[in-house]
Amino acid sequence: MEILWQNLLAFDRYDLIMIAIGCLLVYLAIAKEMEPSLLLPMGFGTILVNIPFSDALVGPIQELYHAGIANELFPLLLFIGIGAMIDFGPLLSNPKLMLFGAAAQFGIFFTLCMASVFFPDFRDFFSIAIIGAADGPTSIAVANKLGSQYVGAITVAAYSYMALVPIIQPPVIKLLTTKKERRIRMPYEQKSVSKLTRILFPIIITVVASAIIPQATALIGFLMFGNLIRECGVLDSLSSTAQNVLANLITIFLGISVAFNMTADKFLQLDTLLIMGLGLVAFVVDTAGGVLFAKFLNLFLKNKVNPMIGAAGISAFPMSGRIVHKMALEEDPQNFLLMHSIGVNVSGQIASVIAGGIILNIAAKLMGG
Amino acid sequence: MNLLTNAAVNIQFDPMAFIHNLKHMGVGMLVIFAIIGIIILAIKLVNYLFSK
Repeated sequence: MEILWQNLLAFDRYDLIMIAIGCLLVYLAIAKEMEPSLLLPMGFGTILVNIPFSDALVGPIQELYHAGIANELFPLLLFIGIGAMIDFGPLLSNPKLMLFGAAAQFGIFFTLCMASVFFPDFRDFFSIAIIGAADGPTSIAVANKLGSQYVGAITVAAYSYMALVPIIQPPVIKLLTTKKERRIRMPYEQKSVSKLTRILFPIIITVVASAIIPQATALIGFLMFGNLIRECGVLDSLSSTAQNVLANLITIFLGISVAFNMTADKFLQLDTLLIMGLGLVAFVVDTAGGVLFAKFLNLFLKNKVNPMIGAAGISAFPMSGRIVHKMALEEDPQNFLLMHSIGVNVSGQIASVIAGGIILNIAAKLMGG
Repeated sequence: MNLLTNAAVNIQFDPMAFIHNLKHMGVGMLVIFAIIGIIILAIKLVNYLFSK
């Protein structure tokens, strides 16, 4: 009986707060369907690691963390699945759309500057900036590679705001565009893309991006490897496995092992609140960067682009592309931007990974590596 | 434990750091546009060569 009381009395208020946070993540995943595949395992993992004397923390979760997150293996394996899921067709038929993907990474670099005001260690503010990639696996991989102490908070911020894209983006877009701009129509010309082009695309992206930013090789290479499996036409079974079984399995392991960093001593800090705030800044500035870049291009273009498609340049796929399409339809029921916005959205996926590589490259130079 | 009460020691407030790190913003955006530009040209070339 005494043993029972000893264990129960070992709970302190911080453990209880963390367990409440774990329950909140589970609630958001189930009731609000916010990135449920990741927030649910992360939330339950948070409960597991905050029970005093838990054999889950110094045991399976710690082992999973070292086996798959500390060495960036899980995010990279997940990229194979993501690459296999993405159809780059709309982008290949209009490659200029990639410019919007590049512009929408502005939030990353703006947040880098903002975070440097509050965090003295460059490994931390570089890692916090990557929340603006709007891409969970990239955020985890970069933060881990830089050895940031805030991997847990960064992961929660990245996935939470990805789920909140439908709430964050529309007001920013409306604030920066006029009704007339939102009604600009962009006719879509269906251009056929040859199978050879689809096969060469992932190879070209990998070679070009990796040659310039070697630190991006693993990130971009695994994403493009998944896409090559999809497009080659002779590995349908592997493509299906990568899109479904592999992606699901890794998501479970990734979610529960990220909880390794969700203990009270690492998470319950003022720093965490600040990171959540900076994450929001990153998403807002990403959106603004894409929209403003489109407006800037319109100063020179004869056939104007709808500036809303710039907002789809963040990596949150396919939510961001769909939001822009929906907003265009609200302004004008005959304005179909889906193919353009999805093209920009997949380019954001590539650009965010390249931005992650750039962050690692700059950090490596600062470390003298 | 480094909890809410004493966590503020990890945080600073140095507005000049923003200015100091603007160079990373410039370099980062320049490099990303350069890479994307090269990729766009490569795709256009591939589309041109293999569209038929």
